[in-house]
Amino acid sequence: MKIEEQTATVAGLPAEPEKATLEGKNKVLGFWLFLGAETTLFATLFGTYLALKGAHLDGPTPGELFQMPLVATSTLILLTSSLTSVFAIMGMHHHDVAKMLRWFGITILLGLAFLGVEIYEFIEYVHEGHTLTSSAFGSSFYLLLGTHGGHVLFGVCWIAGLMVQARQKGITVHTAPKFYVASLYWHFVDVVWVFIFSVVYLMGMMA
Amino acid sequence: MATLVILIVVALFLTAILTGGYNERYLERVRQNWLWEWITTVDHKKIGILYLMAGGFFFTVGGLEALLIRIQLMFPNGKFIIGDTFNQLLSMHGTTMIFLVSLPLLFGLMNVIVPLQIGARDVAFPFINSLGFWLYFVGGLTLNLSWIFGGAPDAGWTSYATLALNEFSPGPGVNYYVLGLQIAGFGTLMSGINFLVTIINMRAPGMSYLRMPLFTWTSFVTSALILFAFPPLTAGMFMMMFDRLFETSFFATSGGGNSVIWQHIFWIFGHPEVYILVLPAFGVFSDVISTFSRKRLFGYHSMVFAVVLIGFLGFMVWVHHMFTVGLGAIANTIFAIATMAIAVPTGIKVFNWLFTMWGGRIRFTTAMLFAAGFIVVFVMGGVTGVMLSVVPADLQFHDSYFVVAHFHYVLIGGTILGFFAGLYYWWPKIFGSLLDEKWGRWHFWIFYLGMHLTFFPQHFLGLFGMPRRVFTYEAGYNLEMNNLLSSLGAFLMTAGMLIFLFNVVRTLTKGKKAPGDPWDGRSLEWSIPSPPPVYNFLQTPKVRGLDPWWLEKREGNDQMPVAEPLGPIHMPSPNHLPFLMSLSFFVSGIGFVFHSLAVGFMGLVGVVITLYMRSFEEDHGYHLIPEELEKEAKS
Repeated sequence: MKIEEQTATVAGLPAEPEKATLEGKNKVLGFWLFLGAETTLFATLFGTYLALKGAHLDGPTPGELFQMPLVATSTLILLTSSLTSVFAIMGMHHHDVAKMLRWFGITILLGLAFLGVEIYEFIEYVHEGHTLTSSAFGSSFYLLLGTHGGHVLFGVCWIAGLMVQARQKGITVHTAPKFYVASLYWHFVDVVWVFIFSVVYLMGMMA
Repeated sequence: MATLVILIVVALFLTAILTGGYNERYLERVRQNWLWEWITTVDHKKIGILYLMAGGFFFTVGGLEALLIRIQLMFPNGKFIIGDTFNQLLSMHGTTMIFLVSLPLLFGLMNVIVPLQIGARDVAFPFINSLGFWLYFVGGLTLNLSWIFGGAPDAGWTSYATLALNEFSPGPGVNYYVLGLQIAGFGTLMSGINFLVTIINMRAPGMSYLRMPLFTWTSFVTSALILFAFPPLTAGMFMMMFDRLFETSFFATSGGGNSVIWQHIFWIFGHPEVYILVLPAFGVFSDVISTFSRKRLFGYHSMVFAVVLIGFLGFMVWVHHMFTVGLGAIANTIFAIATMAIAVPTGIKVFNWLFTMWGGRIRFTTAMLFAAGFIVVFVMGGVTGVMLSVVPADLQFHDSYFVVAHFHYVLIGGTILGFFAGLYYWWPKIFGSLLDEKWGRWHFWIFYLGMHLTFFPQHFLGLFGMPRRVFTYEAGYNLEMNNLLSSLGAFLMTAGMLIFLFNVVRTLTKGKKAPGDPWDGRSLEWSIPSPPPVYNFLQTPKVRGLDPWWLEKREGNDQMPVAEPLGPIHMPSPNHLPFLMSLSFFVSGIGFVFHSLAVGFMGLVGVVITLYMRSFEEDHGYHLIPEELEKEAKS
């Protein structure tokens, strides 16, 4: 039996399998740093949006477009999905593959629901004359929201792939860091949404 | 759609030729080929060499572009290369030298040396290291394909909106710029994260932060700058791409956009980028100067502090590129003072280098010559930098040749001289042979004099009123002499580079074999054979102080004490996915350059597929068995 398979057996799994190996530690640290880079990326997009949100030309203003019920729904959905991904990682720490899979499954379903609401929202806006090319406000709004939505979509595809792996290989010191960083990513996407909710929607509705 | 079909057919055709219709034995032969070995390598030392080769290739391209520019400007009313072609040469020279030459050459040194200096067997993410290189390479290729397909970027290396938007730059030019740099930028970001994690997590026992050699320190700070400087560029590039491809209006004033936003985003990236380029060179000089002065670095702690402070201040000064935009007196003043503040830690460093040499037993090897020459050039470049930071003066200097002279003094004086100092210093460690010192000195003196001859007169050209980026000038305005001198200097630099190439070829064919420690070095990389074995250290060394290898030699030891018993060494397996993934990015980039969304998205699908392939891959590498290694070491 090869050495790398010995440490991968479930029987000898440590309490925090994601940090048990140097590879795992590197992966988690590297991912935190990557999230630092992502923060700067989103900060740039937020800055651009703030600079351009007044330039709506003849199109609808943020106040006319944004509807609290819709935004509150999508916020609720996404924040709940952060909680469910926490449950999934708790399942991982209990070495309970079934529990982890169940909660990750709910997480990506919520992610898909969020995307559905967002697509519906965008279609509504386009009907009201608020498009990617209608004004600088439109361009910066859709780039910021679209980048976030793209991150959600990426997260859904990623976690779905990891669920297949969890089914095949279970929780090992090699797969655990993957699940862990995917959940970190999911939390990050949620935090960005909190900022979008306050900076884009709340400020837009108050104006 | 037609492009997509053609591309698929060509791809199938190529696959058929290359695999002989999927012949197993043919594939086997491909895998044993040396080229396949280099494409799939995850060894940080080999990736370092790849960076050096690719950087050298782009250096040649960028250098030839510069030479053509100087030939055109040699005499007044020149007709050699004018108009659009000149703009393309100028834009590509700047873009190439900043993105495809300076950083990758330094990355080459960092890749080989940093893990050796901290006593690590490998980098933290060998796979991502390889991916970072290939992304940089295909990004650079995308940019330079514009020379072949026509319509190279022509809006300057800064690609200011609105000049770079469709209205004033129709054609694919700026698309190449936006997409090529985007792809290369992803690679740079990944390499930056890789170095950060390597330095934080993989140091040998005893190698505390304040025992790390300065080159490792500067690589560390540079990587942190990369981490926070490149994402804004990514965002800005996306906006530029959307403006050009999808008719959005981030920067187009007709749709309510604001072109100053591009300048802010570009310089929020662009100013730290200057320090990304120069800090590793500072590290090289610190290591080289202390080694060849046979003294420990003067003021080690203040050097570390200065590096971190420069890194921090680098983010605070981007508006000094925009003093003439009209942001107001308050903004200009704040950023002017912040800019001047950078002179303080930089001054600390210069004095520490001088004090390190003071009273040392200096050996003027080629590497040391480059380091000593650097101090002069860099101080001169620094002084003109302080001059430029004075807002009222900057209104005069702005966009004149004075600025060109300033940044060539700091970038060649810092990055390029630093790179050469590092290359002569570490060449034996990287390739196992010694570069010829006599030819090295010829290379230094000719290149160094050529550099001064090229750029010193440009200060006066600027003060006499010659704007940058122009392709000609009139006679009778006192500009002829200095332009002629400057062009002659460019030829002299080229001659210096040819001597260097001759030296390299000579060394690779019949160079002297280098011992493990040819310079009587101080840091860990000199305690192992040259070139290092694939696993770097047979046993992880135990570090007992600053300059650990020097410390052991002082105490009469001929090798480092070890921190672990001899055991199996874990190594990562070679992998072809980084290359495939980069190829997908390449296809995607080319698709978007030509407004073919189908090809563009096809490439992105390829990226997703390769990501899944990587995620599902089950390859934990292999182990080297110590008994065999010992046998090998004895023989």
